[in-house]
Amino acid sequence: MDAFKNLNVRAALLSLVILVLFLTVWEQGNKAPQSDQPMTEYEQLMGGSEPQARVPNPSDIGALAVEELSDPFYDKGPNDKGIGLQLLYSLKRVMLGYLLAALVAIPVGFLIGMSPLMYKALDPFIQVLKPISPLAWMPLALFILKDSEISSVFVIFICSIWPMLVNTAFGVSAVKKDYLNVARTHELNPLRTAFLVVLPAAAPTILTGMRISIGIAWLVIVAAEMLVGGTGIGYYVWNEWNNLDLTSVVFSILMIGVVGMLLDLMLAKATRVVQYVE
Amino acid sequence: MNRKKYFLDAQGLVKQFPAPKGGESLTVFENLNFGINKGEFVCIIGHSGCGKSTIMNILAGLDQASGGVVLMDNKEVAGPSLDRGVVFQNYSLLPWMSCLRNITFAVKSRWPNWSREQVYEHSMKYIEMVGLKGAELRKPSQLSGGMRQRVSIARAFAIEPKLLLLDEPFGALDALTRGMIQEELIKICEQTGQTVFMITHDVDEAILLADRIFLMSNGPNATIAESVVIDIPRHRDREQIIHNPHYYPIRNHLVDFLVKRSKELNDPDTPRVPHSDNARPAYPPEVNPATGQISKLIETETTEGNELTRQVVNLQ
Repeated sequence: MDAFKNLNVRAALLSLVILVLFLTVWEQGNKAPQSDQPMTEYEQLMGGSEPQARVPNPSDIGALAVEELSDPFYDKGPNDKGIGLQLLYSLKRVMLGYLLAALVAIPVGFLIGMSPLMYKALDPFIQVLKPISPLAWMPLALFILKDSEISSVFVIFICSIWPMLVNTAFGVSAVKKDYLNVARTHELNPLRTAFLVVLPAAAPTILTGMRISIGIAWLVIVAAEMLVGGTGIGYYVWNEWNNLDLTSVVFSILMIGVVGMLLDLMLAKATRVVQYVE
Repeated sequence: MNRKKYFLDAQGLVKQFPAPKGGESLTVFENLNFGINKGEFVCIIGHSGCGKSTIMNILAGLDQASGGVVLMDNKEVAGPSLDRGVVFQNYSLLPWMSCLRNITFAVKSRWPNWSREQVYEHSMKYIEMVGLKGAELRKPSQLSGGMRQRVSIARAFAIEPKLLLLDEPFGALDALTRGMIQEELIKICEQTGQTVFMITHDVDEAILLADRIFLMSNGPNATIAESVVIDIPRHRDREQIIHNPHYYPIRNHLVDFLVKRSKELNDPDTPRVPHSDNARPAYPPEVNPATGQISKLIETETTEGNELTRQVVNLQ
């Protein structure tokens, strides 16, 4: 009875109720049309197929999920790879593009945040480049880089660089003057000032930028892989659509959501590590 | 040669701020001359807006004067230095570091060649001195205001500066905590012979701590009007000091200045010493309210070896 008073317990129970309700309505409202007429010859040849394609039922998706997740890493050629393998391909691209973006965005953001001159000089470029849909870069990337794999990494790079850059610059420029005065009165050299004072002071803002970036990168990789093809979770979704296997499509949509959530959780945890109370 | 040489010597300090959109610039203070001897504890009192914190920042090297020069040990103060430790009003601890780290990074800056153990031991010595042993691994946010200010004081003492600058260090503390830390400060200063320059709003605090108190007239165009000598013998403590016969004359003099004379001195009708290029540093007169004695340092130039001679002249 006491456990029931806990807000978290009650919220979890409510979530469960909503889920069950939603799935029940879906399952019940999406039954195959019943027919009293005997099957036609064509239907018999097709193994009793339905006259109309339908969105799959939760039970079908659940069954597929169990099957797929029990062997997620199998590889039976280019068109038949396990969901885990596809996700790993996507994660590899995201991580590569994201880390490259961090390597560029954080030092450049530091520079912009430290120097009002650089801030003013680079601001117009950032403002114009930031709103460009990352996929708009794809043709140019394919032409210049001549490799679809590298191009998709580039698209991730270009989409995740902006939030990190802008947040780093903001965090660095907003470091309290008191902290900088502490650094000055203790004669810290620029390098020690950067690592002992500015970086820790700006870290929560920088990490927030990194969290926004990883979210955007995970959104963009699906679209990028649909364009580029070959491997990855985006390609998988599109491939299953071409196979008219909607059960797999819905299942992979769910998996995209789960992985995206895990990425966000990781960054949220990292943000908490560098958070400080004034 | 009987030239009186101060350890810290501020000569003709001026601070002006340019007015927005042209117009006349604002002179916060002008013609500021003062000196502090080695081992002396000097407080500066004045109303808000007379530029006390600006003076502090100039001494610390964090701000630049519009005119004049500050000499410490005959060297011009240009930029911040570990020779001058600063304790800010808001403690200025780095909140992501533990108390100990807040001190060790300073110690490491002061003595870059020290080993990790040396830095640790030295820092712990000062943590113990301010009575914070056991709390050294806590973050500043986990400490009370008084404890934070103690860490800040420990940090300033740990780098063993030649001059300690305190900017209203106890302003944000409750009376009880303030009293305790004041006594600790007295104890530490007596042990170390530290030279201290401190801003305060609290007349009683100034009398308790200082050897001399600078009184500032109101801003703008503020200046140091007097240097009040506190001749109450040390060791002082809060309960005994009020029984000293000199205590109330001094206190009344200070309060009278703050309430009445600081305003009058700022009155534009009061004749002002013109500020010219060949103006010699004129230190504020030294006043002893208890004895009624006023003495003034007058500077005369002698032909012998281009040296300046300063004589103490009793006016009363």
